[in-house]
Amino acid sequence: MAKMNVDFEACKGCALCTTACPKKIVEISREKLNAKGYYTAVCIDDDACIACAMCAMMCPDCAITIRADGGDK
Amino acid sequence: MERNLMKGNEALAEAAIRAGCKCFFGYPITPQTEISAYMAKRMPKVGGVFLQAESEIAAINMVYGCASSGVRCMTSSSSPGISLKSEGVSYMAGSDLPCVIINVMRGGPGLGGIQPSQSDYWQATRALGHGDFQILVFAPSSVQEMADLIGRAFDEADKYRMPAMILADGLLGQMMEPVVFHTEEIQHHDPEDKHWATTGHKNKRKHNIINSLYLQAEELETLNFERFKRYETVKQEVHEAELYRTEDADIIVAAYGSVARLAKAAVDNAREQGIKVGLFRPITLWPFPAAEINEACRNAKRVLCVEMSMGQMIDDVKLALNCRLPVEFYGRTGGVIPKPSAILEQIKTLAKEAE
Amino acid sequence: MPDFNKPHALTDVPFHYCPGCTHGIVHRLVAEVIDEMGIEGDTIGVCPVGCSVMAYDYFNCDMIEASHGRAPAVATGVKRGNPDKFVFTYQGDGDLAAIGTAETVHAATRGENITVIFINNTTYGMTGGQMAPTTLPGQVTQTTPYGRNPDVEGFPVRVCEMLSTLSGVALAERVTVTDPANIRKAKAAIRKGFEFQKNKQGFSIIEVLSTCPTNWGLSPVESLKWLKENMVPYYPLGVFKEGAIR
Repeated sequence: MAKMNVDFEACKGCALCTTACPKKIVEISREKLNAKGYYTAVCIDDDACIACAMCAMMCPDCAITIRADGGDK
Repeated sequence: MERNLMKGNEALAEAAIRAGCKCFFGYPITPQTEISAYMAKRMPKVGGVFLQAESEIAAINMVYGCASSGVRCMTSSSSPGISLKSEGVSYMAGSDLPCVIINVMRGGPGLGGIQPSQSDYWQATRALGHGDFQILVFAPSSVQEMADLIGRAFDEADKYRMPAMILADGLLGQMMEPVVFHTEEIQHHDPEDKHWATTGHKNKRKHNIINSLYLQAEELETLNFERFKRYETVKQEVHEAELYRTEDADIIVAAYGSVARLAKAAVDNAREQGIKVGLFRPITLWPFPAAEINEACRNAKRVLCVEMSMGQMIDDVKLALNCRLPVEFYGRTGGVIPKPSAILEQIKTLAKEAE
Repeated sequence: MPDFNKPHALTDVPFHYCPGCTHGIVHRLVAEVIDEMGIEGDTIGVCPVGCSVMAYDYFNCDMIEASHGRAPAVATGVKRGNPDKFVFTYQGDGDLAAIGTAETVHAATRGENITVIFINNTTYGMTGGQMAPTTLPGQVTQTTPYGRNPDVEGFPVRVCEMLSTLSGVALAERVTVTDPANIRKAKAAIRKGFEFQKNKQGFSIIEVLSTCPTNWGLSPVESLKWLKENMVPYYPLGVFKEGAIR
């Protein structure tokens, strides 16, 4: 279950979240562009996520929400 | 009602307070400084705010903020200071904000002089800031009228959501005359009555935004269309002039503000000499009282426009009359006040031509 | 660990800012403080001219758009008419420290009971990256193509240091948002500013060292590094003045 939820269309792929993650499990995915034309952030290891919300704190677009219990948003 | 002997500037200030002006933001400049001085003394005693800003620019922007939050407020200045305020006036017009701005005119251009003048007519009626907008302009001619018009200016500004200006001059500002205030009480106006105002939404409504930025051209055009449509209503409802001895007049003198008083004396003198002359005195300069001047000129053959400028109102006189009558001009400028005797000479010359 | 959501004091309108621009972080911090203090319904924000010109669309409290540099005067007008409301301005460096210097200094010295959020990113972002009053010596901008030369363009303005000499200032603090630890400090400073205002204790300014990746010509991540290496030495972080004036 995902703790870090990225709003796919709100993310601008700036990668600031990747610098903040203490577990180094946030990356910019190269799989799919969003409508604005950005590759977006993704958590590559949900199990390792400690829901510390540092990625969300760093996000300039409020594109990341955190569910500590791992529920979808 | 009590009669008070007051300077025009002080009467303006007192009447504004009684009309419910809660906040005054000023900056010293001659010849309007008595307004600030009076406000500084009186406002704290009636629970209002007087603040001396760091510049005219800051003062008008304080008015912008205060008016945004629905509070009756005003600023005053004199010609060079009004130029500095013009940016703020444009923003207020573009945000549909009511307020009152007083211009106690002095001679210009530039730093000019400190003697009375009417050389900001064009600025007040045409160019009080960049962009497509119009405001209300009132021109008192006595201390009493200064007191009377300011409450009206606040009411009309609120009603039509646009800035209103009192266009006075140094002569009126400094002159002492008896004045009667028609209310002893201070009016109260609740900012919350203005549904658009940024009073804090208290979690009861959507947030209000005061703004004049519209990046979509069509959206801005729609707003400008709406404002000019609103001004058409203003033209229908806000127009006033004094017509004096005009019924049978062959000659009409057109003059406003303090010059109209001098012109009135000249008209009386001319009448004594058998010349059929009357006075048209616009009280609203913008909208210009076109119907009233046509009424005044019903039987006229000639018009004499008298101003303390190089001739700024004369264009509106001609336009309102659709150029159907010859309009002559007599004016003094730079702070020089025309003498009634000189106006009389002009009337006599016209009377001879009209024969 | 608690959940993390967009604060209520921000609307659903997506920010128009460039990718990685830290404006969005600071917007969120202000909104979080408004949420936590429960003051959204009693707050009026004033936005500047600059990149954050459209901040009125982003905050859920009542908002006013000021002309360039005049936000402190506009905020003064709001506050004097409504002394019990919370009033904040949100301004960039060109707005606050160039065209609006007089309004800034005089609101500060009057001890105007407002909170000023000051974004210092050393550039005029909205117009495409010209020299700002805070542009560093040597820094290349559109209008200093050979680098800012103090002999010609003078020196950058240290706003917090300058304002801290004024008796009306209750809080002058410089923070940044380069990492979560600094973001926490920045939020605490903003909260402090609003608390000073709540207790009617004077003028508060929180200067936030921010990035402008687009006009700096760097990636968002490189921009954070550039800020830390170049801006922080010239603009040291910390409290320059703190204490009620009344």
